[in-house]
Amino acid sequence: MTAATAPPIRARASRDDLIMRACLGLFALWLLVAVALPLWSLLSKSFQDRDGVFVGFANYLRYVETPALFQSFWNSLFVAAATTAIVVPLAFVYAYALTRSCMRLKPLFQGLALIPILAPSLLPAISLIYLFGNQGLLKGWLFGQPVYGAVGIVTAQVFYCFPHAMMILVTALSMADQRLYESADALGASRLRVFLTVTLPGAKYGLISTAFVIFTLVITDFGIAKVVGGRFNVLATDIYKQVIGQQNFEMGAVVGVILLAPALLSFAVDRVVARRQVAQLSARAVPFEPKPRRGRDLALTVFCLGIGLTILGVFAVSVWASFITFWPYNLTLTLKNYEFGNFDPLGWSVYVNSLIMASASAVFGTAIVFLGAYLVEKSKGFGLGRGLVHLLAMIPLAVPGLVLGLSYIFFFNMRGNPLGVLYGTMALLVVNTIAHFYTVSHLTALTALKQLDQEFEAVSASLKVPVWRTFFKVTVPICLPAILDVTIYLFVNAMTTVSAVIFLYSSETKPAALAIVNMDESGFTAGAAGMATVIVFTSAAVKLAQLGLSRLLSRTQAWRTR
Amino acid sequence: MTRHRIWMPLALAAMAALVALPSDALAQKTRITVYTALENDQLGPYKAAFEADNPTVEIAWVRDSTGVMTARLVAEKDNPRADVIWGLSASSVVLFENMGMLTGYTPKGADGIKPVFRDAKNPAMWTGMDAYLSVVCFNTKEAEKTKAPAPKSWKDLTNAAYKGQIVMPNPASSGTGYLTVAAWLQVMGEAEGWKYMDALHQNIAVYTHSGSAPCVQAATGERLMGIGFDMRGAVEKTKGAPIDLILPSEGAGWEMEATAIVKGTKNLDAAQKLVDWTISRKANELYGKYYAIVAMPGINAAPPNYPAGAEKAMVKNDLAWMAKERDRILAEWTKRYDGKSAPK
Repeated sequence: MTAATAPPIRARASRDDLIMRACLGLFALWLLVAVALPLWSLLSKSFQDRDGVFVGFANYLRYVETPALFQSFWNSLFVAAATTAIVVPLAFVYAYALTRSCMRLKPLFQGLALIPILAPSLLPAISLIYLFGNQGLLKGWLFGQPVYGAVGIVTAQVFYCFPHAMMILVTALSMADQRLYESADALGASRLRVFLTVTLPGAKYGLISTAFVIFTLVITDFGIAKVVGGRFNVLATDIYKQVIGQQNFEMGAVVGVILLAPALLSFAVDRVVARRQVAQLSARAVPFEPKPRRGRDLALTVFCLGIGLTILGVFAVSVWASFITFWPYNLTLTLKNYEFGNFDPLGWSVYVNSLIMASASAVFGTAIVFLGAYLVEKSKGFGLGRGLVHLLAMIPLAVPGLVLGLSYIFFFNMRGNPLGVLYGTMALLVVNTIAHFYTVSHLTALTALKQLDQEFEAVSASLKVPVWRTFFKVTVPICLPAILDVTIYLFVNAMTTVSAVIFLYSSETKPAALAIVNMDESGFTAGAAGMATVIVFTSAAVKLAQLGLSRLLSRTQAWRTR
Repeated sequence: MTRHRIWMPLALAAMAALVALPSDALAQKTRITVYTALENDQLGPYKAAFEADNPTVEIAWVRDSTGVMTARLVAEKDNPRADVIWGLSASSVVLFENMGMLTGYTPKGADGIKPVFRDAKNPAMWTGMDAYLSVVCFNTKEAEKTKAPAPKSWKDLTNAAYKGQIVMPNPASSGTGYLTVAAWLQVMGEAEGWKYMDALHQNIAVYTHSGSAPCVQAATGERLMGIGFDMRGAVEKTKGAPIDLILPSEGAGWEMEATAIVKGTKNLDAAQKLVDWTISRKANELYGKYYAIVAMPGINAAPPNYPAGAEKAMVKNDLAWMAKERDRILAEWTKRYDGKSAPK
């Protein structure tokens, strides 16, 4: 350090800073290759005609003239807004119960809430049709309204999005400073006032991220709209029609660009909010520990029980469906639907492929995601680079899987691209999966890191401890719960993802989730439900292993308590 | 820190293994990549039969629905990964031909198949395997409940008794949907055809995104009837679905499944062996287990539960016209029927 000779007013970049900037550069390169360049190779087609000639905004004009456009646009906004408005409050109360109450059986409730994320999105759609379809068990509950349409989409989306929202909100709520609550208590603030002035502001960043994540998830998801959407057109089904129905990549790219809007908006809002967010967990913070309060705890238990049982019920219908001989005319139970070789010559091997893909995505993905989030959050200076990296990390959420998958073909299959060796391999499926689920993982890691005081780094620096040492000895252990969450998130999503990998698998690497879609399309709904059940139980087992592991590792969190 | 040192090489090794995974090809056998939209249950028997006759060639399937495979092939156009296309709709194959993606090859014995099943050019750019129809799958059990009469013709489908109970594929999403619409326009004439669809629209519950979905939904009683892919209906009936397959009296739209060699294949010899085999008698006998109409004359093509008279029900179909008019017809169709919101 040069401090001894002439104390500089503005600190020069230290060696640590330089290392971190170099890492940030590498990290930006990864995002460029995994996200930006492939997307550009497809989205640039929105300015070209079918022969690749530049035509400016002609495609956009043509699309605007399509009468169905505004209908789809408003429909998309409507279902996304409705789902967000329903899911965020539900998930907030649920996450609040898990983190801030003395409710019993918390691990059980946490597990129940995760079921939807463990299941392919076809599962709620199948259950919904078995429950509320024209032959449905509970058909009367809809008062003669068809489930196909906005009602069906929103219902299935609420089910599907719930764990996504809960996961971010649990992270946001789980780190709080006990001292704030004690002070509020000492000042005689009412519970409502404490909630409004301490709890909510502390979770604001998480709440806003959640709202945008859910909104964007719904707007880009096409699987649910395809099965239960009926005549209710949304932007994501418009892409399907253009790309799959008519091989019109140019118009598909136009819709893809329109869909990027919410992500860019969310990025802008995120910047504004983040500027105001103060670290929750300062170095002197005392972690929050809920005290029992009978009335509140009971009410929250009833609430969580209601949601948990609903989720379990929806799942149970699919499990039951997987044992039915022929719905709805022959309800005898059978094990035949699990002989997948009868429906697909690859049989159970698709399941092994999925396991390999999911494990690799989880291991490599977590390392990349956490390191990236750390660099964005903790490196000093270099604001432009950090902003750019953060923006790139926000994009994947807004990209429909269909668009991401196609852009991988265009980019990685380009003649002369040295990365072309990856094409058709499992490695590319892994890269694609990590990229596809990057945003939520990134936000989870970031939310955890934002709650850590910058002082940790400052103190380490003044003690001349190298930055990587602080990273491994302090940051990683503290954030271990969030890191494990990211690992599991990547694993379970890799087990269920369809829309992007559908363009990228080869004969040896077909994943199970695709076999499910294929089986359902050819009318083997029971087989599809069966494979979905196997996936849910696999992911649940992994999740349980995580819980066991966190218990073993709870030593790293022991410092949190006084 | 030792833990991290141990993990690093392991991680690298795992990554290397992932990259290397697919390249462990067998030493002598030529492995060819075949893109297909054949039904899943056909892949095993077709591969086994071909490889039994050609022990030096091995088939590696990449299979998905027609729309996905077509989009994937077009997207890979500049650097193709498939050697052969076997079992994809002829209209997709013609699209590839127009984009210059195919290599011509007239297989040995091409004279042995019906003329409509082979490209007239020399060398042929593609050959057909079998044909499928767009039929009506009618659920008899649900019909009993509502006393709905069974339809005999397309015209019957506009009967007000069927209001909100018919599903058909959206032609903008599904090839089966398009061939259905194109057949109506060709048989009835443009003006009459649109008038017919206006009337039919009143009875349609939903336009699905898949050509298989309508017959599957009719099979489970989710809908009274579905207009769609015939073979799906026959398979559902075999599984125990209470449905009848109805060939409407005006005739039905059809499409064939075709075979072609992708330009730039590094395994041309093996690819040609495969194409030769796909028009053989043995291959056609296999097709006949699943489809009622196959390329070779005199084959007993009678899949279980398939209605008789399929070949006679085929409308006179102009594939070139269908390809040329596609954008216009889809735009018109979308304007008329797809812009409307869900029924209240």
